[in-house]
This record gives sequence, C-alpha cells and structure tokens, in this order.
Amino acid sequence: MQSASNGHSASDGHSIKVEGLSVTYRTSYERAPTFRNTLIRLGRRQRMVREIDALKDVSFSVRHGTVLGILGANGAGKSTLVRTIAGILPPTSGRVELEGRVSTLLALGVGFNKQLSGRENVVLGGLAAGLSRSEMEAKYEEIVEFAELEDFMDLPMRTYSSGMYGRLAFSVAVNMDPDILLIDEALSVGDARFRRKSFDKMRELCGQARTIVLVSHALGSIRELCDEAIWMHKGEVRGWDEPDAVIEAYTRFLDVGEDAVTLEDV
Amino acid sequence: MSPHTERPAAERVVTVPPAGDGRDGRRRDGEPTRERQVHEPHRVGLPPIGAYVADLWRRREFAFEMSRTDLRAQHFNTVFGQLWLVINPLLLACVYFILVDILHAGSRGTDFFAHLMAGLFAYHFVSDAVRQGAKSVVAGGRLILNTAFPRALLPLSSVMTAFMRFVPTIAIYAPVHVASGLPIDATLLWVVPIVALLALLASGVAMLVAAAQVYFRDISSFLPYVLRIWLYASPVLYYAHEVPERYGVILDVNPIAPLLTALSEVLSQGEVPAAGVLGLGLVWAAGIFVVGALFFVSREREFAVRL
Repeated sequence: MQSASNGHSASDGHSIKVEGLSVTYRTSYERAPTFRNTLIRLGRRQRMVREIDALKDVSFSVRHGTVLGILGANGAGKSTLVRTIAGILPPTSGRVELEGRVSTLLALGVGFNKQLSGRENVVLGGLAAGLSRSEMEAKYEEIVEFAELEDFMDLPMRTYSSGMYGRLAFSVAVNMDPDILLIDEALSVGDARFRRKSFDKMRELCGQARTIVLVSHALGSIRELCDEAIWMHKGEVRGWDEPDAVIEAYTRFLDVGEDAVTLEDV
Repeated sequence: MSPHTERPAAERVVTVPPAGDGRDGRRRDGEPTRERQVHEPHRVGLPPIGAYVADLWRRREFAFEMSRTDLRAQHFNTVFGQLWLVINPLLLACVYFILVDILHAGSRGTDFFAHLMAGLFAYHFVSDAVRQGAKSVVAGGRLILNTAFPRALLPLSSVMTAFMRFVPTIAIYAPVHVASGLPIDATLLWVVPIVALLALLASGVAMLVAAAQVYFRDISSFLPYVLRIWLYASPVLYYAHEVPERYGVILDVNPIAPLLTALSEVLSQGEVPAAGVLGLGLVWAAGIFVVGALFFVSREREFAVRL
C-alpha cells in the first residue's frame, strides 16, 4: 500500500480504477505443505504447483457513490477481483487505484477468531483495518447496536449462531465509515428483517457518495441495489452495463432464465 | 454479444476537474481528503520500505491489542495465571541447577544460580517469542485472508506477548540476586540495552520462522528440538569463559551467545560488559533482524494464496 506520487489520479470522480489487471497465482495442491514432503518431491523431481490465471486484463472504473454489482458463474474470478481491489492479493500485472478507505466483507470466512469474544474480534478487526483505538471505541456501540448483539459481545464467537456471526460481520464492515465497501456474497445473512436493514444501510452509504462493490449470486439483490453491473466469465469482463441488461445477458448465457430461484439467495 | 458492452450513456459523461485538483483527492463536496492507495505489482519483490514502516507504525495498536488478547487467553490477568508463569521457570531453573551442580561435583555456588536463572529467563523470552511467532501467521490466517494490513504485525505482537510473560520472571530473579549478595548499583542498568537487543534478535528470528512456517508447516514440529539445542549451545548452563578452546566455535556462531554473556557479566559479576561482546551482540541482533524482516516482507504478499 502506498500513496502514489505519479501523475495518475483517481480523483476525477472515480473511487476505484482498475487498469489491465491480471492475477496469476501459483497454488500448491499438496495436502500439507511441509518440509518433509518438499524433500521427497525434490527427490522425485515432481512439482505440485499449478498456475491459475484468475484474472485476465480486467479494466473498469467505479465513480463515487456508485453501487457496482459483479456477477458470474463459480470460478469466474469475482472473489479474486474483490480481494485484489482490497489489497489482500497482489496483482501480477496492471494496477488498482483506490481513493478512500476500504472496508471489506468477504466470503471466505470473515476474519473472526472463534475462540475470542465478539468484543475482542470487533476491536482487533477494526485496528487491523487501520482505525485508531479512539475511533474504534466511538464506533463500537454503533456496531453492536446495528448487529443487535448487545447481550452476546463478551461470549466467545464459537457460541454464536451463523446468523449472529454474519450480522456482526456486516455491521463491522458498514460501520467502519468506509469510502469504499467491498462485499462478497455476504448478503444472505440474518433474517428478512436484517436483510432489509442491511439494504437500507447500503443505500444510506451510497447516498453519502460512498462506493460499494457487491458480488452476489442473488440477481434480485443486484437489480435492486446496483447502478451498474459487471459480468465476469473465466477471469474476463464479459459485460459492463446497467444491471438489467447485464442480468439479461448473463441469464441468457447461462440458459437458466429469471425465476424465483435465481433472483433470490437460496 | 460483444465482449465489452458499452457503459450506460448517462455514465459516459466524465467531468474532468481542473488540473492540480487531481492530486489532493478531495471529495467533491469539500469534505476531508481521502487516502489514496495504489496496488501494483512489486518490481523487486519488496514493497517500498518507507511506506511499509509507516503503515506498520500506524497500526501498532493492533499488535498491542493482539498481544493483550493472547495474554488474556492465557489467563495472564489472573492470580493463578501469573503464578504459573513464575513457578514454571523457577522449577526449571532449580532442576537445571541441581543437574549442573551434580555434574560439577557440588562446586556451584549461589552466584552461579543467579547466572543460570538470569540466562534461562532471558533465553526463554527469546524462545517463547520464536515459538509463538512461528504460529502467528498461520493462526492469523482468517484475518490475513480478509484484511489488508502489514503482516509483520503478527510476529511482532508475539514478541510483545513473550516480553510481557518475561517481565514477571524478573520478580523471581530479584530476590535470588539479593540473597546471593551480588552488587546492586548503576551497572545493572546495562540490562536494559541487552534485553532490547534480545528483543530485536527475537523479532528477527520470529519473522524468519513465521514466514517459513507458511511454506513448511512441519517447522513447528521440529522447532522445539532446535530451540532446546540452541539453549544447550548458549552460555546458560555454564559460564562463557569455561568453554574449552575446541568448542569455542559453538559460541562464535551462536547469535544469542554474546548477549547472554554480556547479561551474565552485568548480573553475576557486576561488571560493565566488554565493548567487544556487546558490539558482537548488536551486530548479530541487527543482522538477524534485517534478514528476518526482509525475508518476511518480501514473502508476505503471497501468504494470502498459501494459507
């Protein structure tokens, strides 16, 4: 992470600029990466590393106050894209330029440690995300109140139900006062009432010129919340348009049609 | 369908702000400036060090909190938790003393007990930091997969935890020091820079091992053996000056040996440590810290893929 000192600037109304972004990563598919196995493998001269082209030359930009939906089949590179924007995965080539503080709510298990209490997790998560202790104290009540977990904050998180877990994760992400909020398939948390509440909160955020990137398989959520949508397929951007047009193209491509199942989170 | 659909017509109008306004990243409605971040591939494998250190410093509170949380989980804030932290090394020191005294046919005195205790506690500070640090990155996997922050905070917080566990052991050393009739004067202040250098050394080794642990998960299973051998190769169960010539090389290649020697000179001989010994300790500690930090930082962006 660095503050760029070159001539490029994202501040011409864009909060996210992705230019020619490619991500190739090598994953090892051995069961456990150990020194012993490595020695054995060296003896046999076999390699257990596979290169995966998760993103291929992806470019787009998001203006302040826009809600961008990202949709695509499993393995299209949506999560990789969001994690690269968040700065968690390094780009292989190309660049990502962000303006503002980023808050993430990602699918691969929110960064909570189940052994620690809700309170400890919230504070640790906030400090890791770069908030100061006083900022964190100021936001703490708000986070707990929004998640409706006042009575549970001192219990270890392994005692939480999955709904409570998800509610707390969402509440932390949106209450960090983010300029850019990245959400990866995490909207199906909580009951219908909490979902309504989270939709309203996101609307409120983009009303304040905050930017939201939303990855979801729930086409209904994308249609309801987003101003623009991107359809990704095998690491490439297949379409970038208004949500209705992208959803239509996407469902036509998948040949599933729009029905209650594709519109809702199941 | 063409691969790139055009953007919606309404979005195509781009208002370009006046030149010069671009850099400061001000909100359109004049609110405070937003931080700017750029994610680009690293050309040499290392992120810009200045920016990295600044980021590390900005989030130091996270390392403190992480360490506090660890300590709470170990019941550090309860009476019995503290008691255990004190009893365990005390028992160990007694056992080692009896063992060494038997080997020396009962010729070891209380000043040697003070030397052994101080060395053992100082060594345990380092080995505790390394042991906890080795696990820190793999254990912090979920946070690493979800938040972008300088990963070096994790092993560094382990060093802080180890330091907090080291502090109460000073309280058991103190009465032994007094009872042995060892001098109490300003020379003892030399302990402070020595412990600081031990912390530097511990941070370097912790970062090295933490990063290696991501690639080789079995490191944590042979680490205890390595740490035990390292203890025997250090001047803790014996004085540094007692080591026979032919084994001198062991202390020469042991990064922690000069610091433990200096500590023993200050505490059990009441002498100002020799400049050469302290200088060698500084070079080892700083060197290992730089190597560990560079290795960790150049690898840390890959952790998210490897965990």
